[in-house]
Amino acid sequence: MKFKSYGFFLIVVMMLYVNANTAQASAPVAEQVIKITSKKFDYTPNRITLKKGVAVVLELTAGDVVMGFNAPDLGARADIIPGKVTRVRIVPNKAGSFVFFCDIFCGSGHEDMSGMITVIE
Amino acid sequence: MKKYDRRDFLKLAGIGGVVFASGLHRLAGAADKATGANTAYDDFYFVQLSDTHWGFEGAPNPDAKVTLKKAIAAVNSLAEPPDFIVFTGDLTHTTDDPKLRRKRMAEFRDIVAELKVKNVRFMPGEHDASLDKGEAYQEFFGKTHYSFDHKGVHFIVLDNVSDPAANIGEAQLQWLGADLKQLSADANIVVFTHRPLFDLYPQWDWATRDGAKAVELLLPHPHVTVFYGHIHQEHHHMTGHIPHHAAKSLIFPLPAPGSQPKRAPLPWDAAHPYSGLGFREVEAEIKTTEYVITELPVQKG
Repeated sequence: MKFKSYGFFLIVVMMLYVNANTAQASAPVAEQVIKITSKKFDYTPNRITLKKGVAVVLELTAGDVVMGFNAPDLGARADIIPGKVTRVRIVPNKAGSFVFFCDIFCGSGHEDMSGMITVIE
Repeated sequence: MKKYDRRDFLKLAGIGGVVFASGLHRLAGAADKATGANTAYDDFYFVQLSDTHWGFEGAPNPDAKVTLKKAIAAVNSLAEPPDFIVFTGDLTHTTDDPKLRRKRMAEFRDIVAELKVKNVRFMPGEHDASLDKGEAYQEFFGKTHYSFDHKGVHFIVLDNVSDPAANIGEAQLQWLGADLKQLSADANIVVFTHRPLFDLYPQWDWATRDGAKAVELLLPHPHVTVFYGHIHQEHHHMTGHIPHHAAKSLIFPLPAPGSQPKRAPLPWDAAHPYSGLGFREVEAEIKTTEYVITELPVQKG
């Protein structure tokens, strides 16, 4: 009886171990989140490095007025509304340096409001 | 100042400017909007000025306070006056101060009042209209989109800047559709707008977000030509059978699309002041059935 109980305990432990490993293997890998704040007339940060093929989520916020985020080479654009978090998912499929900029005219410094995303292999 | 003779334009072109024959269409038999009947169109020409950015101060143009005035004098010295003059946006340089914006617009209005030709058409650029949705602009210059007819050609002014996101917008697109519907299929149509209606170089925001919808409405018409500004340089592009001609600026030139990392003004060349700046005449000739564009300097060097 004692052996039976011990054996049962072992089996339960082993099942839990297997289940835990299976769960680890199938759980979605948490995507990297990069927070970017925008205000007249810059983004912080305005230099971002990503890895080719690796998904990231940009969490964009605006401090003062509605801003745009447009990275045409990466097919990503969004309006950034003050008071809200705007999420943009990017899976870069090519290496290189790609500009992003504000595409909603926001004032006298609007035309210089831009940044760079560098995608490495 | 030397008088420009219209026939001199071709000679000037051989030196520094460019004559761009768009290879457009026959212009005889233009549609008469009122009757819907085809009528012969009269030979005429108009002048396009663009991106004057009144109020700009900075190294790219140390002569900014007189450049517009010189351009007005150059237009006034044309040997034959144009039928009309059009400013394709960015009349003033943007400012965050609504009072200063109006001051610049008032000054601009007073300077261009010196034009001898009084048939002058305006439209806003994003520097004029994007921060207040065209409110100040309309106080001084009226509607931001409209159409008019001149000697058998139907002109349409499209506003792609009063929305700070650079949309023409559904309401204006519906208006455009209704305006085009009144015309015969083979009408001669010229569109004036500020930003390119096509994706010229989206990385520098040289596009109109819903510009393709306007082009789609225009495409069924075989005789359409678009003149615009915004990019501060001469540029020619076709979307289907529709040619799009960008004009030079009258404040500073910008680099060719994508030719350098940043869309920064080209530096002022003290040895060649006003190089890269200018205006153009657009001649609709019944004989050649083409629009002939001639680029002109602010002053003859």
